[in-house]
Amino acid sequence: MNSRERILGRVRRALADVPHDDTPYERAVDRGYLRAHGERSAEETVELLAENLADYRAVVHRCAADGLPSLIARLLARRGTRSVLVPPGLDADWLSATGAARVPDRAESTPHELDRVDSVVTGCAVAIAETGTIVLDGSPDQGRRRITLVPDHHVCVVRVPDQVVASVPLALERLDPARPLTWISGPSATSDIELDRVEGVHGPRTLEVVLVTGRADAGAAGRKDTGTAERPDGGRRAGG
Amino acid sequence: MSTTTTFVGMPASAPPAHPAFPQAAREAVRDARLRGTLRHATHTIRAKRAAAVAEVSDWAALREAGRQIKDHTLRHLDRYLVQVEQAVTAAGGTVHWAADAAEANRIVTDLVKATGESEVVKVKSMTTQEIGLNEALEAAGIRAYETDLAELIVQLAHDRPSHILVPAIHRNRGEIRDIFRSEMGEWGRPAPEGLTDEPAELAEAARLHLREKFLRARVGISGANFMVAETGTLVVVESEGNGRMCLTLPETLISVVGIEKVVPTWRDLEVFLQTLPRSSTAERMNPYTSLWTGTTNSATADGPREFHLVLLDNGRTDALADTVGRQALRCIRCSACLNVCPVYERAGGHAYGSVYPGPIGAILSPQLRGTASGIDASLPYASSLCGACYEVCPVAIDIPEVLVHLRERVVQGGEAVRQGNRVVLRPARGHAAERAAMRAARWALTRPGVLRAGQRLAARSRRFAPRTLPGPGRAWTDSRDLPPLPAEPFRDWWQRTRGGKDTAR
Repeated sequence: MNSRERILGRVRRALADVPHDDTPYERAVDRGYLRAHGERSAEETVELLAENLADYRAVVHRCAADGLPSLIARLLARRGTRSVLVPPGLDADWLSATGAARVPDRAESTPHELDRVDSVVTGCAVAIAETGTIVLDGSPDQGRRRITLVPDHHVCVVRVPDQVVASVPLALERLDPARPLTWISGPSATSDIELDRVEGVHGPRTLEVVLVTGRADAGAAGRKDTGTAERPDGGRRAGG
Repeated sequence: MSTTTTFVGMPASAPPAHPAFPQAAREAVRDARLRGTLRHATHTIRAKRAAAVAEVSDWAALREAGRQIKDHTLRHLDRYLVQVEQAVTAAGGTVHWAADAAEANRIVTDLVKATGESEVVKVKSMTTQEIGLNEALEAAGIRAYETDLAELIVQLAHDRPSHILVPAIHRNRGEIRDIFRSEMGEWGRPAPEGLTDEPAELAEAARLHLREKFLRARVGISGANFMVAETGTLVVVESEGNGRMCLTLPETLISVVGIEKVVPTWRDLEVFLQTLPRSSTAERMNPYTSLWTGTTNSATADGPREFHLVLLDNGRTDALADTVGRQALRCIRCSACLNVCPVYERAGGHAYGSVYPGPIGAILSPQLRGTASGIDASLPYASSLCGACYEVCPVAIDIPEVLVHLRERVVQGGEAVRQGNRVVLRPARGHAAERAAMRAARWALTRPGVLRAGQRLAARSRRFAPRTLPGPGRAWTDSRDLPPLPAEPFRDWWQRTRGGKDTAR
């Protein structure tokens, strides 16, 4: 008998006392929890996102679509960035004002090569207001997971309010499990020294999030539910 | 702490040669520095966790849903394991099954050898600690580098983990600086000159030390917090980015995951990705969460080209066979129960003689390893049954209930399942006095006349009542006060005052 059969056999014997139950899974669990915490307008949801991002030490910027190229150029210049990683499907406009050398996201690049690049600029798949989280799903405007990991400076553009949802449940609805996903809530941190939070370990130590307004084409995640609560609980703010 | 005792990262079949909990704890309790470090850390996180949980108004509903999801999964575990195997295989991964630690270690060692590599980078994983993977790899000439900051501290200091979330919780910042200064050079890039005990500087030192290892790594080893049966997705929740490094840069990824970590659907993550971070590090969300499904195709080429999932039993099905104890398998390893436990706060994690310390360890270790050894038979007693652990548990494991159940098993013996076989355990030695006391209590409590006479005699002679019990009872009063005897038995008082209606004494 191989170990697969052995383990499955042990499981079945261990559950001999459990009565047969055909309840479909959708009805087996009482999901009496909220889809989102509190009732907010789209603007208020974006405001909450900005607050919670900043609370975990991400640097938050806001601008209109036409101001984005110059803002990105300023952020890169302030940092002294000489080279910037560029996902294949990044809007060419976004980097039109910076003089930094563009490094394409290529399969052949070695981690050591990526380590010599100063910054990376990406879009995102969705952002979660209650937790201050941005989610990357490897779409063409975000690139491979490693390009947002090895460089020490990540500039992430979130199209608001289209890409913002209120809560974790609403974010999971929008995401495709088949894609490699990275959820990012602030720059890398650790609680390993006396259980106190310190920012800045292996991931990018500086995370700048640009909330950009005023674009008609909403890009990858184009659904329009901006995350108002389905079951309001008196407007109480979560995640803050 | 003693460094001569054998550590417990070993197969369930080999009973650990670790002193019983009271002996192991005695030393820790006398260590003033350790007590100070633990007190500071556990109190810091307690207050923060309470605030993070209070932010979500539906915490109770999330906790209940988490409990139900896990219970449902456990009751249909065979079905979901087969489903996750199919989904991972369909997504380009390879699934292996390991009945015990030795088999899991053999599988992983062979996989690493097949790559031709002699070093691996590891994401913090309690499961690989449980099976003693690093030692097994070392025996095969493969060096495993721990990359989580706390695991790095433990590895550099040739120490043992003492906490599920923060394995180096027993070290304060000064000790960490000393370890970095003296040991980092042995493993690679030495600590920077003039390193202080400032946490930010210590984190920077770890970043520099591990960077070269991440960039050249060809094989990564991880555990997983969740695996989703319907999609074959694995989830790793972390803070530092070392997890992302190990999960994305190497060409080969091997994940060793306990069979209880499966959840049925993608949607189930909406519960646990809310409850785990808040319960664990007291954050709204941990800095990084990675979710991946098998391997990506060559066009995308994002991350490892080869992915192996090792499904581990190692005593879990034995726990599943226990109708009371199986709830321990709901655990999502948040460590909230350790942080609130008055016993853990004073005894520290090493006294529990297992990679799973604290209240959850006290019910998990004796189930995964059996109660044959001194340490495992003593763990169900490593608790005051105050219930704080149950209160904070995000999947509502009734730890006190399981502790009492396991105490009963230790004292009375009875049926249990070990390595898949039904066995009858004999009553443990050393509990004869406890059994005799319980028999005597049963005899007296079923005979009202005897009870009354005994209580009156005790009340009248209370001036002579000892503060500690003689003979075998001394073991009990060594760490407890005998309750004071009242001047008058309750039932006499009740009769005399007609239940308190005559207030005059």
